[in-house]
Amino acid sequence: MKIFLKQSKLYLIGILLSTAGFAETIYISPSEDPYTEIQEALILANPGDIVHLSSGLYELEDSLSIDVRNIILEGDGMNETVLSFKNQLSGAQGLSVTSDNVILRDFAIENAKGDAIKVKGVDGISFIRVRTEWTGGPSSENGAYGLYPVESKNVLIDSCVAIGASDAGIYVGQSENIIVKNSIAEFNVAGIEIENSYYADVFNNVASNNTGGILVFDLPDIPQQGGHHIRVFNNKSVNNNTDNFAPEGNIVGEVPRGSGIIIQANSHVEVFDNDIGENDTINIAVVTYGYDTEDKNYYPHPRSIQIHSNRFGRSGYNPDLETGELAKILFEISGGDMPDIFWDGIMPLPQIIFGQPKEDKIVLGDNGDASFLTINALKYILPFFNPVETNYEKFSGEISPLPPVVISETL
Amino acid sequence: MKLYKSSLLIVFTIFSLSINSEVNQSVVLNNEAASKLSDYGFFSDLTLQVPTDGVLPYDLNSPLFSDYADKLRFIYIPQGGYAEYHPDEVFNFPNGSVLIKTFAYLNDFSESELDPQLLETRLLIKHDDGWKNISYVWNKEQTDAYKSIAGKTISTQFVNDYGKIQDIRYRVPNINQCKECHQSGETITPIGPKARNLNKDISYKDGYMNQLLKWHQEGWIQENISTNSMVDWSDINADLDARARSYLDINCGHCHIEGGSADTTGLYLDFTENRKIHLGYFKKPIAAGRASNNLKYSLVPGKPDESILLYRMESLDPGIMMPESGRALQHTEAIDLLRKWIHQL
Repeated sequence: MKIFLKQSKLYLIGILLSTAGFAETIYISPSEDPYTEIQEALILANPGDIVHLSSGLYELEDSLSIDVRNIILEGDGMNETVLSFKNQLSGAQGLSVTSDNVILRDFAIENAKGDAIKVKGVDGISFIRVRTEWTGGPSSENGAYGLYPVESKNVLIDSCVAIGASDAGIYVGQSENIIVKNSIAEFNVAGIEIENSYYADVFNNVASNNTGGILVFDLPDIPQQGGHHIRVFNNKSVNNNTDNFAPEGNIVGEVPRGSGIIIQANSHVEVFDNDIGENDTINIAVVTYGYDTEDKNYYPHPRSIQIHSNRFGRSGYNPDLETGELAKILFEISGGDMPDIFWDGIMPLPQIIFGQPKEDKIVLGDNGDASFLTINALKYILPFFNPVETNYEKFSGEISPLPPVVISETL
Repeated sequence: MKLYKSSLLIVFTIFSLSINSEVNQSVVLNNEAASKLSDYGFFSDLTLQVPTDGVLPYDLNSPLFSDYADKLRFIYIPQGGYAEYHPDEVFNFPNGSVLIKTFAYLNDFSESELDPQLLETRLLIKHDDGWKNISYVWNKEQTDAYKSIAGKTISTQFVNDYGKIQDIRYRVPNINQCKECHQSGETITPIGPKARNLNKDISYKDGYMNQLLKWHQEGWIQENISTNSMVDWSDINADLDARARSYLDINCGHCHIEGGSADTTGLYLDFTENRKIHLGYFKKPIAAGRASNNLKYSLVPGKPDESILLYRMESLDPGIMMPESGRALQHTEAIDLLRKWIHQL
């Protein structure tokens, strides 16, 4: 009788859960054909549902995709639930997401043939405690990006781990309203890269053993450009001394080994409270996009960059003169006496002659005893002048803090 | 008794003919896709792919390459339906329209040792709220095809144009993968049936006719459509540039177009694109990763082997190859064409 009661109770609960409006959790364990099981669940899931992958190794030959809004794909932990694409035969990603308000949490994607997780064109995506890794160490044969949201809004990356990407471990491109925090990026070419994006907060992360720790870039000839309002704070970007292993042709292939933070083009970038050091080439570089472009909408120079309250360790003691132009030029003009912070000083010709608008200027706050070097473009053009400028005070000024990013949480 | 049996057979035959000879409109318009292809009534003979009245075959000047699969295309437009013409876009088909495409290895090489094999039939159905896509995978007996959600791997063989038997891991795409190519902005759209790719003669029950004329005759579209037509990329008598651009359009241009899945790259390969940088001329890759193969630009005029575009067409590595899905083999004839084209640019 007792048993019967218990069963009928369960039965009732079952009925209640299955009526419309109740979110369901679909449980999946490793099986003979994990691809079909997971992919079918991801397609048939209704908004509000959770697809739960129990701990274990899932070996997948084809890429997975999510196109249902408001669902959660979760595992039992980034070291417990592992989706391995070692034997991948089709699909350019491990996992792709194209629907709004999806949460990915507590699992790992390993050894995807292309990008590990690509999220395109969504409003609302959260990566929480997700690991993407190429387990064979740095290699140009590894996929390009680990966590890769692009053309998206309201992007949260929290407590993730990205290892071994041949481009960027954590890459946010052409997006808006972005938080990247509490994450670890190691042994990638770029640890964390924010590219052609608006309003990003990058904080409490550790970028180490990459070629470059944290990059804020802007490129021409793509739909969204003119990156702005990027805050990089409270991060550790240390020991980024892995040789550049990006396949040539990619923009990060130009990043010299031993780069802490590089800001290229972009406007309104605030870099503060970071620990940056033990980087072979340069702790912070602020540079112009270095190629000709016919894109008339594109502005190649960095503007309104503020750098303050950072703590610097060593840098420039073993510069990578083999990769790209940055280290080579800097080494030459500094006579080998490499600064902590470098700005290339390049600006449009009228500004070289008549001066830069005040609001565009680079502002240095208190950065301890950090050294600074820039090139005075006017003196560079004219004969008989030494264009090298290392007077820190000339560029110090009042900091106007940028507002924090607020992600609209609609889920 | 004997008589009884045969008359039943006749009745049955007439009955089944009358069922099969009409598209089941309510099945088409149902929000839930039918569980098997036969439910729709598109074919009077399903296995032989003979369409019922009201369903017309159609063909494209240049088709998408799908691992040398043969494609049998059909279109159904409900009675009285009219499709609005948009230059350079797919016709705006009326609700209830269906595009039907069967993928098969017909193995019709003259001394083929392999039987024809129907693989899958994909439907695009126009509902009130837009196009919906669904694929049906054929059974072993080739008598019907059944709805597939997560896609399917069909490991099989086919006879190629040179009479050689070739192994193939044919992938039926899952519903999401269909969207990868068929997405335009927020909506799903057909790719092939644009006027520029339909402008050709094909064989109908009542003889050869230009497709646009035929569709007009059916009352489906307007008269006098003048379009900058694509060509058959394999037609060696056609202009080389037009052949290459036609191939790139139908194989790449649905993703590599503003609003398409690959618009993040700024590489646009649809037939109407004329900005050189966006066609790839000395364009640096954005997110190619190792797919750049240490090459600097998408397209280097005169130098096919320095062009990432050709490298990715040649690759069979899922992390490198283009298109990203729907191809497991090299399309050697098209690679030759694109090589020639880049060489003379």
